[in-house]
Amino acid sequence: MDKDMNQPLLQLDKATIRFGGLTAVSEVDLQIGEHELVGLIGPNGAGKTTVFNLITGVYQPTSGKISFGGISTANLKPHRLAGRGIARTFQNIRLFASMTAFDNVRAATQLHRARGIRNALWRGRSFRHGEEKIEGHVMELLEIFHLEKFRDEPAKSLSYGDQRRLEIVRALATKPKLLLLDEPAAGMNPNEKTELMRLIQFIKDKFQISVLLVEHDMQVVMGICERVAVLDYGIKIAEGKPDEIRSNPKVVEAYLGN
Amino acid sequence: MHSGAKRFLIAAIFAAAVVSCFSAQFNRYYLGIAIDVGINIILAVSLNLINGHTGQFSLGHAGFMAVGGYTAAKITIELSGLVPPQLTPLVFIGALVAGGLLAAIAGLAVGVPTLRLRGDYLAIVTLGFGEIIRVILQNMDSVGAASGLKGIPEYTNFFWAFAFATITVYVVTSIVNSTYGRGFIAVHDDEIAAGAVGINPVRYKVTAFVIGAFFAGIAGGLYAHHKQFLSPTGFDFLKSIDIVMMVILGGMGRTVGVIIAAILLTLLPEFLRGFAEYRMIIYALLVIVLMITRPQGLFTFGKSKWTKT
Repeated sequence: MDKDMNQPLLQLDKATIRFGGLTAVSEVDLQIGEHELVGLIGPNGAGKTTVFNLITGVYQPTSGKISFGGISTANLKPHRLAGRGIARTFQNIRLFASMTAFDNVRAATQLHRARGIRNALWRGRSFRHGEEKIEGHVMELLEIFHLEKFRDEPAKSLSYGDQRRLEIVRALATKPKLLLLDEPAAGMNPNEKTELMRLIQFIKDKFQISVLLVEHDMQVVMGICERVAVLDYGIKIAEGKPDEIRSNPKVVEAYLGN
Repeated sequence: MHSGAKRFLIAAIFAAAVVSCFSAQFNRYYLGIAIDVGINIILAVSLNLINGHTGQFSLGHAGFMAVGGYTAAKITIELSGLVPPQLTPLVFIGALVAGGLLAAIAGLAVGVPTLRLRGDYLAIVTLGFGEIIRVILQNMDSVGAASGLKGIPEYTNFFWAFAFATITVYVVTSIVNSTYGRGFIAVHDDEIAAGAVGINPVRYKVTAFVIGAFFAGIAGGLYAHHKQFLSPTGFDFLKSIDIVMMVILGGMGRTVGVIIAAILLTLLPEFLRGFAEYRMIIYALLVIVLMITRPQGLFTFGKSKWTKT
């Protein structure tokens, strides 16, 4: 690997979480460097989404450490981690259903351009200026994803694929350093998948971010990921370049099949 | 649009002042009802911030109203003999704000530990809070205990009621209609997703609670100086239910609808005076029919609630 890996952006050090007697994720080590695209695969129930929830602070690890940008994320709530630069999408789309597409993205820009209550009440020049800037920024993002025509449509009325892309736009509006995508290709047709692969590559380059991708579609994972980690029953059973993973007997047995 | 909101604020307060100049010509009974309407608009719109926009089910609004009402009344009663009459408007505003602030502090005290709870749990806790306030007032001799607080000066008039109603509407709508304010609706829609985009759900909920409680306290003060008498039983949970009903009937999160519902539900009992004891039955029937036929609220216009900025 040609990148400087001294200081990985995200580091999981024997991250473990137990729910009662069940160890959902067991001593998982994982590193993601700056501007890297890593895949996380494994059978259903292997703990992939749980890893996401650990990274984003939805769950706290029972043991082990997670650090982001060299700083421990222990006891930080999801909104604090979002502020540090971790953004995500959800396996079952979680858009703000009663808001328009525009407002979904706008709500996520608060982190960086927030004007608080006093400004909203006074509605002075700096407030209007701030709101105009936000509007411009949101429209720019929507245009990149060709969603600008749905600007004033309720988010829930968008098609499935558009909702998934809108969720990615919303995540990008938080200006992340690391983007976690939870099964973005689920329910997409082959054309949409190809488009999605191109899009993920594009986002990564354009916004200079790292991406961690959970996905069942091997064409997508093997097609774009630089490195792939495999989970099975909460344990990391393999990690390596896509080609190595494809031929790894453990992975073939646990997940890929013949 | 933005400066338009400020213009609306000034225009509406001016209109209230003009109407108020002629208030002596109106029938006292109708004027009294008009003031009730103003107070109920404050209550409903402020509760709408908590229950509608932010999606938290609070049943404690009567409790906050009681805190504000008793505080303001106690202040004006104590001061009424001491200050020259030309200063009474200042004393009145001061007393109202003091009542609002105390109610806001009560909102903070209740909100911080309980807003981690969701839905029905929060409803039960806020219901409990309202009852605690009522029982405390019932046993406080300094505010007349169970026999109520008498001799409150009649300071509330048409102007004050509608000026504060206008301010409430302005504050709630301009907070919600901003990028900052989308956070309330985001929390309403999906707390987990809100957290994932950097919105602190607890902070937003507490903010909504505190602002809502503040205006409930103001409404309480106006109510006290309108009726000139406060009784703890007037602030039982049925009062909270009345306000919740205005919010539901108007359509959760829709300010215009909630204002219309507040007007309607204030006037309705007056029209039904002939059969007053059936009032609650008609209320109940109304809500049942409404929930079956129009679960999105009676007064909902346009295709989406929050298309406008």
